Amino acid sequence: MAMALRLYLLLIVFVSSAIVSFSLYEDQVGLMDWHQRYIGKVKHAVFHTQKTGRKRVIVSTEENVVASLDLRHGEIFWRHVLGTKDAIDGVDIALGKYVITLSSEGSMLRAWNLPDGQMVWETSLHSAQHSKSLLSVPVNLKFDKDYSILVFGGGYLHAVSPIDGELLWKKDFTAEGFEVQRVLQPLESSIVYVLGFLHSSEAIVYQIDSKSGEVVAEKSKAFPGRFSGEISAVSNDKVVVLDSTRSILVTISFVDGEISFQKTLISSLVEDSGEAEILSPLLSNMLAVKVNKRTIFVRVGDQGKLEMVDSLSDETAMSDSLPVADDQVAFASVHHEGSKIHLTVKLVDDLDTVLLRESIQMDQHRGRVDRVFINNYIKTDRSNGFRALIVMEDHSLLLLQQGAIVWSREEGLASVTDVTTAELPVEKDGVSVAKVEHTLVDWLKGHILKLKGSLLLASPEDVVAIQEMRMKSSGRSKLTRDHNGFRKLFIALTRAGKLFALHTGDGRIVWSTLLNSPACARPSGISLYQWQVPHHHAMDENPSVLVVGRCGSDSSSPGVLSFVDVYTGKEISSSDIGHSVVQVMPLPLFTDSTEQRLHLIADTDGHVHLYPKTPEALGIFQREFQNVYWYNVEGDDGIIRGHGMKSSCAGETADEYCFTTRELWTVVFPSESEKIISTLTRKPNEVVHTQAKVSTDQDVLYKYVSRNLLFVATVSPKGAGEIGSVTPEESALVVYLIDTVTGRILHRLSHQGCQGPVHAVFSENWVVYHYFNLRAHKYEVTVVEIYDQSRAENKNVWKLVLGKHNLTAPISSYSRPEMFTKSQSYFFPQSVKTIAVTSTAKGITSKQLLIGTIGDQILALDKRFVDPRRTLNPSQAEKEEGIIPLTDSLPIIPQSYITHSLKVEGLRGIVTAPAKLESTTHVFAYGVDLFYTRLAPSKTYDSLTDDFSYALLLITIVALVAAIYITWALSEKKELSEKWR
Amino acid sequence: MAKLTPFFFLSFLIISSSLAFQSDEFGLEGAQQQTPTTRKRYSDPDSDSKVHFSLEHAFGDSDFSPAGTFSARLKSWSHGGKTLTKLRFSRNGFSDEEKDTFKNLLKGDDFYRIRLPSNVISPPGKEFVVASVRARCLPRDGLDEHFVIHMEGANVLAVSYGSLGACQYPRQFKLPAKWSFNSHTILKSSEQAPRTPIFTEEILGGENAEGEVEPPPEKSFWAKYWMYLIPLGLVVMNAVTQATNMAEEQTGGQAGGSQVQQSARRR
Repeated sequence: MAMALRLYLLLIVFVSSAIVSFSLYEDQVGLMDWHQRYIGKVKHAVFHTQKTGRKRVIVSTEENVVASLDLRHGEIFWRHVLGTKDAIDGVDIALGKYVITLSSEGSMLRAWNLPDGQMVWETSLHSAQHSKSLLSVPVNLKFDKDYSILVFGGGYLHAVSPIDGELLWKKDFTAEGFEVQRVLQPLESSIVYVLGFLHSSEAIVYQIDSKSGEVVAEKSKAFPGRFSGEISAVSNDKVVVLDSTRSILVTISFVDGEISFQKTLISSLVEDSGEAEILSPLLSNMLAVKVNKRTIFVRVGDQGKLEMVDSLSDETAMSDSLPVADDQVAFASVHHEGSKIHLTVKLVDDLDTVLLRESIQMDQHRGRVDRVFINNYIKTDRSNGFRALIVMEDHSLLLLQQGAIVWSREEGLASVTDVTTAELPVEKDGVSVAKVEHTLVDWLKGHILKLKGSLLLASPEDVVAIQEMRMKSSGRSKLTRDHNGFRKLFIALTRAGKLFALHTGDGRIVWSTLLNSPACARPSGISLYQWQVPHHHAMDENPSVLVVGRCGSDSSSPGVLSFVDVYTGKEISSSDIGHSVVQVMPLPLFTDSTEQRLHLIADTDGHVHLYPKTPEALGIFQREFQNVYWYNVEGDDGIIRGHGMKSSCAGETADEYCFTTRELWTVVFPSESEKIISTLTRKPNEVVHTQAKVSTDQDVLYKYVSRNLLFVATVSPKGAGEIGSVTPEESALVVYLIDTVTGRILHRLSHQGCQGPVHAVFSENWVVYHYFNLRAHKYEVTVVEIYDQSRAENKNVWKLVLGKHNLTAPISSYSRPEMFTKSQSYFFPQSVKTIAVTSTAKGITSKQLLIGTIGDQILALDKRFVDPRRTLNPSQAEKEEGIIPLTDSLPIIPQSYITHSLKVEGLRGIVTAPAKLESTTHVFAYGVDLFYTRLAPSKTYDSLTDDFSYALLLITIVALVAAIYITWALSEKKELSEKWR
Repeated sequence: MAKLTPFFFLSFLIISSSLAFQSDEFGLEGAQQQTPTTRKRYSDPDSDSKVHFSLEHAFGDSDFSPAGTFSARLKSWSHGGKTLTKLRFSRNGFSDEEKDTFKNLLKGDDFYRIRLPSNVISPPGKEFVVASVRARCLPRDGLDEHFVIHMEGANVLAVSYGSLGACQYPRQFKLPAKWSFNSHTILKSSEQAPRTPIFTEEILGGENAEGEVEPPPEKSFWAKYWMYLIPLGLVVMNAVTQATNMAEEQTGGQAGGSQVQQSARRR
């Protein structure tokens, strides 16, 4: 009896340890999720290495990030992501302890504490017009001397105290046609020179007293001709400008306030000169000019005389000049040769003196070197050493020192533009799964540890060991497919045109490849599609993705298709398709015998092109030719057009894969009252488990699950601006649901006094959208559910049994739709960046909305909260069904932030993908940071948790079996002795 | 079903059916919130004016040609908005030539397309609102057609065009018995979203009244404790049978015991 009791207790303990917890515990962080921090493509870099202590580099990036990086390891000490409209114009270090950033076109000046990144002060500067923004922080190591930061922006020159950000004086330069080009302050001088051009044809130099802001002197001189905007300041009293014909370099010197011009024909410097371009690096007494795809160095003599001193091939990146010992100035240049890059540091005054020459092996998939920043240090033998920070074409950041790459950061991942998922290869025979758990002993040890943990017997060391074991557990980062579909690849396309494959297990980069094209050097990637997803009969093929790109930024520029093998990351083929790409349409359900998906690409001429260009694909397409429709949205004109296929465009071109289309319907939004701000369709690969919804009163509602629905939101043109720019009477938001085959408007609802931006999500038969209500001064969320009425009579069981129903009849879009909508609105207390919805393999699991909030976190909200059937006092039956009593606002439950304590800085998008296990969905969020986690919206009802103790189960079974034998033996014995009594 | 009724009311459908060459009309108001007494408005000649705009059709890829005329009253509201009311439609019948073309369309299961000017006040505006339907969807007894014209003020936003009922797929080739149109037209304007209700007061009230919440009806003793009673009953029954068995066993056992004793003695 005592034995049985003990066993029972043990069982209770075991059962309680298996109960699934819904929210995350502290020790579960990092088990299923990972988070990667990035900064983006570096624009400016300032080294801070003079002092003893941590060596760091301050960078500002194109993602509007200012960050301090550890020079030894490349880790982020601190970083700040400024808003999307707050682009950084300049960054520098003042007083040796503050990082100064100028942003928002020269209207926002901030100082950050160098060691920890705390903001010290922020000054908003007056801005009257768009202009260049220039930041000038005098190099001065003496702290006590009062000097000021000079900022030009918005037509004003400001002097700001570096200590507290106080505005000392400002000078108005907003005169008509006057453009300030350079602000120069010679060392140890109290005069600030402001050089500007009046109507691009007259140079004016103001001399301003740096203490008071008074104009001391003003000189001007007309130039016979016009200046182009390109300018390079070569010294404190000279600048070189390119004239508007781009063939003459003009040296402007303004010594002692006298302006003098000196013209030099570029053709006198190099023989076959074409259009010239002044390159950005600042070199003292020298400038770099790009002519005829070559870079030439032009030295500026004392009298403003120009002479060419060197020329380099085009593929050279150069740094600004850097003072090294003995008043010498050096600069670095990097050029490619095969798979190597050569870093050269030379003295500016004497180009033959090479201070450093290094060759470094470089990955081909990083492209060319884009930018170089150098910094010097004194070696132990008192000679100069150099380290170079280079930015590559794929936006990655590398530190080179002593002929090696010290560290690298994949900053391309900060600008992900499109994401898709891919499966990993199936495990081949011979690679055993058990390999991960080395031996049985290890396996048992591990489970004993887990057992101890779950019985609360573990010592602190054991807890650490358990945590470590969980983190590395059971091959979560293996490169093969697993049974539950937890291991997958996320394929991300970045703005630089690079493709990354990220492993869901630990977020590492499995492969990366930079797109190439025969037509142009670097096509820009537009979007990513699954091209070949083998299953069934084409298992031997590797899956592949299609990357659509174009050569150039214009939408009419020719498109490029690239096919990339998902397993290896190799580019299978790349083709220049010879027409533009406006819209790419994967054709649903159409695959050829090798499981390649058929795609239609629309060009600017209104033709569509079929891919892959094989006769088989053509055959498949011709069969369904009559039933293919597409639409396009002309957002600027407020027109949505629907098209049908017409014929092959054989008359115009010989291309048999090209088709003409005809216009079948149009929806014209009156331009004076409506402007399209958002359009959305359902995800094409979404699975809907059941078409019917049974309500509490045993009534059946049929979901209207057409794939051809388009959600459109329009606002009054006045209301298209920022929130609060209009009164409620002036703004209205109208939402539409449009059938994209016939152009019928199925649902139309106008919200008076509401305004965008609209963020929406469309899934199954419902749309949820988020907007601003100007009357209530709150954000609102509205849900619309669409139900089909044509099948509403199919409720009778007998009809179903006897087959007298129309559930299997084909549905035609040309039938008059009999549908009705239900909708409900709620207040939502937060501003939203993006909304997504979870998706699972079979669509059985209930859904959660994933709301990317303004705080860069992701909130999971049950779909049950946005259900139009919610009422104020649900009946008992409704409560049992899970209907939540209606409230006027949606709740934000702090535990339901799936990002827990992390932030996905600069959040732009959320992608969900189903795992094989029905309860689970993958969530991938991207912005400047990347975040991945696995979610189970209805808890993991179909599997045991990771920390389920198999050892405990095993021990229990063994103990039970043993107990059975023992008790059996005991009872036998007892019986025998009874009999012998 | 009850919930559907307001839906239909809100959409302010006006159905007018007209036979070919004749036109009936049932004017209908757009969904304006402050519908004034219609008599007054109609008698005010300044705010009303008549507009005509034409329906054009095309067979397959042919050019558009006139096919009918809509006429309506343009009503100007004091707040500056304009709406169309009292829509009439007169449909031109098919000429013999058009009949042949339409038969070809039916054979090829091709599109019959119609269009309306997007701006009815000064037609033709810069854009037309186009709709199309597979020709085989139209023929019933006659030619059934159904227009739903979505209006935004005096602008036509979109037109839905098709037959009145379902269009079965696959579409069968069928010639109409009568070459006359049976037209239905509906003017639709936007529905207003209801204001988001605010319940703070109710919720507060609900909290105050919480004490008065009716206790759930008392369950019967059996309903409450059946899960305990059944096992108890089983245990009792078990015990009773065991007790009776025990009594039997005891007598039998005693008998057996004496036998053993006896046999032992015999040894």
